[in-house]
Amino acid sequence: MRAVCPECDAVIEFDRPPLRGQIVRCADCGVELEVIGLDPIVLEVAPEVEEDWGE
Amino acid sequence: MRIAMTYTRLRAEERLLLDAFESLGVSVEPIDLRAVVFDPIDPGAWRSFDAVIDRSVSLSSTLAAVRVLQGHGVRCINQLQAIETCSDKLSTSIALARAGVPQARVRVAVTAEAGLAAVEQLGYPAVVKPVVGSWGRLVARLSDRDAAEAVLEHRETLGSAQQRIVYAQEHINKPGHDIRVFVVGGHAIAAITRYSDHWVTNTARGGTAEGLPLTDELRDLAVRSAAAAGADVVAVDLLECPERGLLVNELNHSMEFRNSIATTGVDIPRLVAEHTVSIAEGVAA
Repeated sequence: MRAVCPECDAVIEFDRPPLRGQIVRCADCGVELEVIGLDPIVLEVAPEVEEDWGE
Repeated sequence: MRIAMTYTRLRAEERLLLDAFESLGVSVEPIDLRAVVFDPIDPGAWRSFDAVIDRSVSLSSTLAAVRVLQGHGVRCINQLQAIETCSDKLSTSIALARAGVPQARVRVAVTAEAGLAAVEQLGYPAVVKPVVGSWGRLVARLSDRDAAEAVLEHRETLGSAQQRIVYAQEHINKPGHDIRVFVVGGHAIAAITRYSDHWVTNTARGGTAEGLPLTDELRDLAVRSAAAAGADVVAVDLLECPERGLLVNELNHSMEFRNSIATTGVDIPRLVAEHTVSIAEGVAA
């Protein structure tokens, strides 16, 4: 299973099926990506951190 | 038994939790809150869940969801009062004080002018923090009156209305690290020490973590803090004051733990999942 980073075109490999909404990091450009499609796997740049995010 | 896990970002923690539920043979419905439309008058099928564990990274989303669900009798983890107590530092301070848990001295003021007086009561250096905020964002150490005036003026001019509330805390000269204790179901299950060259030791700000053996004192303070907030699952942050010993600093109702499993040797997501199942089954309160 693989997908392409929309930011830098690097190929991102998945060792198990991802879930919709899962966050992954591109090893090449470091950007955080969100899985928005599963078949095929489609990624988009994840939303930026917002003021109310945290633990 | 029906359990849901609500989220807004499916991070490593959420995936680990789903795996933990699966390993227990429990099916959990992951629900992305970003796509949900709640009917707060009649939440319909949401009522059929025996428990909902919320893992939203957005506090606003968490509060909206838990208010609707808990308001209609759905058992949420954590519950609303715990989320409100942990997410608001002023509420945390009051809950800890009422429980007799040692903490750093704090002053609160609602204007920059009174905020300056608040900081001066504590003495320099002092720390100001947003009342609601996480990951060390906008936390400032004020070394002198000039710094205090500048930061407080900036907050009043540039910040949101909420940021005009000055929550000032005495600066604890911790020895380059702080401590986090994970509490699940009233039990302290693991602890880490967070190191950083920077005075802010949050791992979200680049701090690194090591496992730390739990002592009786750590267990006691952490469990009392969790009880003070009424939290089912919580990470308790502590500072080591050279003069006064351990002080509880902050409570985290939606704790991150991905880097604390290997460092502590404790399967944190499994324990959280087991406790959630206990609640859903009515075994735990």
